[in-house]
Amino acid sequence: MERVMQTETKIRAESGIESGPRGPGCSLRNFACEQNLLSRPDGSASFLQGDTSVLAGVYGPAEVKVSKEIFNKATLEVTLRPKIGLPGVAEKSRERLIRNTCEAVVLGALHPRTSITVVLQVVSDAGSLLACCLNAACMALVDAGVPMRALFCGVTCALDSDGTLLLDPTAKQEKEARAVLTFALDSVERKLLMSTTKGLYSDAELQQCLAAAQAASQHVFRFYRESLQRRYSKS
Amino acid sequence: MAAGFKTVEPLEYYRRFLKENCRPDGRELGEFRTTTVNIGSIGTADGSSLVKLGNTTVICGIKAEFGAPPTDAPDKGYVVPNVDLSPLCSWRFRSGPPGEEAQVASQFIADVIENSQVIQKEDLCISPGKLAWVLYCDLICLNHDGNILDACTFALLAALKNVQLPEVTVNEETALAEVNLKKKSYLNIRTHPIATSFAVFDDTLLIVDPTEEEENLATGTLTVVMDEEGKLCCLHKPGGSGLTGAKLQDCMSRAVTRHKEVKKLMDEVFKSMKPK
Repeated sequence: MERVMQTETKIRAESGIESGPRGPGCSLRNFACEQNLLSRPDGSASFLQGDTSVLAGVYGPAEVKVSKEIFNKATLEVTLRPKIGLPGVAEKSRERLIRNTCEAVVLGALHPRTSITVVLQVVSDAGSLLACCLNAACMALVDAGVPMRALFCGVTCALDSDGTLLLDPTAKQEKEARAVLTFALDSVERKLLMSTTKGLYSDAELQQCLAAAQAASQHVFRFYRESLQRRYSKS
Repeated sequence: MAAGFKTVEPLEYYRRFLKENCRPDGRELGEFRTTTVNIGSIGTADGSSLVKLGNTTVICGIKAEFGAPPTDAPDKGYVVPNVDLSPLCSWRFRSGPPGEEAQVASQFIADVIENSQVIQKEDLCISPGKLAWVLYCDLICLNHDGNILDACTFALLAALKNVQLPEVTVNEETALAEVNLKKKSYLNIRTHPIATSFAVFDDTLLIVDPTEEEENLATGTLTVVMDEEGKLCCLHKPGGSGLTGAKLQDCMSRAVTRHKEVKKLMDEVFKSMKPK
């Protein structure tokens, strides 16, 4: 029986620089990740960021409908189910973002004419939901053993009215912020895979948020590595 | 012979052109297709516009109707966008409920309206808590040749500038709304969000305003929506190959120049319209 590993890490971003109104002297919330908790999907993961929690399940590579099959690579499908209500247009939009991000990293060419399905269920939403979904999806893909070119992680930044940067905002901070930016970064070169933003901001602020997100992603990737090491070292 | 090569190896065919820094239709990598806009063509709508970006054609019609304001915001009206990608515009779409691309486009337009604050929702309120305007914006794609998002944002903006709302007074005694069709006023458009789309090829090259073939061959897309002060309303990058910060900077500068081009075009068109 697979032992369930739970890892909790409190992460604080280095703020050796004097943090002025635009300094990134902020911390990410507590992370926790549990893998292989569901028996039916090929891979599953539950990712917690503070109070936000998302459960992800991956089925694949599996049979694909002839209408959807691609002759030279795997067909990726993502389903995002909200906590309450039926999935709507906003969920479709997020599914497209997550799907395209996964398509960029998953080595689909190794499994042509198959389907890889990622199902995400929102368990609780306390801010930074899309980033938590991305992290859960990545951990579930790793748990399923789907070959990937790199890992990816999601980071959310919020800019409030006086320009202060907040990483991993809570629901309240997101509501009060002037702009909320979510980025997906890859683990190899920290390049920007996906970005979606809400609100108005300037070009300089964008570069600042991107730099802060890249620094924060290092912590997330270290957390991934640690949690996987712990899982495989004892079995 | 070239047509045969294009069918068998479309990506290689494309790469030959990209190596010479141009594209099969003769454009440079940073060049947009010819943009034309036509205002007020739909007589039955309160505001309308038709935008053509090369072959991509999008028509926007706005109808204003009455509605009750939301309970949590009694002094605001609604703007409801809907993008319709019908089988008419491309072989990829079937009739029936909106597919994924249409839903994503509708959500994108809703986000742009919300983020850029192109109109203040408070302006749409007639009587707080009782009556407000609801603007139904229908964007119908007539021909899909790539870069739908840019065409839709431009069509929406042009149509919003064309909308004329009649004056409404609420009669105290009967509590009914009285509409004065003779007195109409334009909406107060606060900013002009303009979208610029890019396609990423082979993880490195960025080309502007992709056609449908280019979108299919691309490894990623990016859409930047900017207003006149250089503020970004939306940076929409739905996955695809990674980009560095420097490449993003190049995209921003191209978006700024594009904004100026489009704004100039729109100002010319509106100036040439005869006042009603």
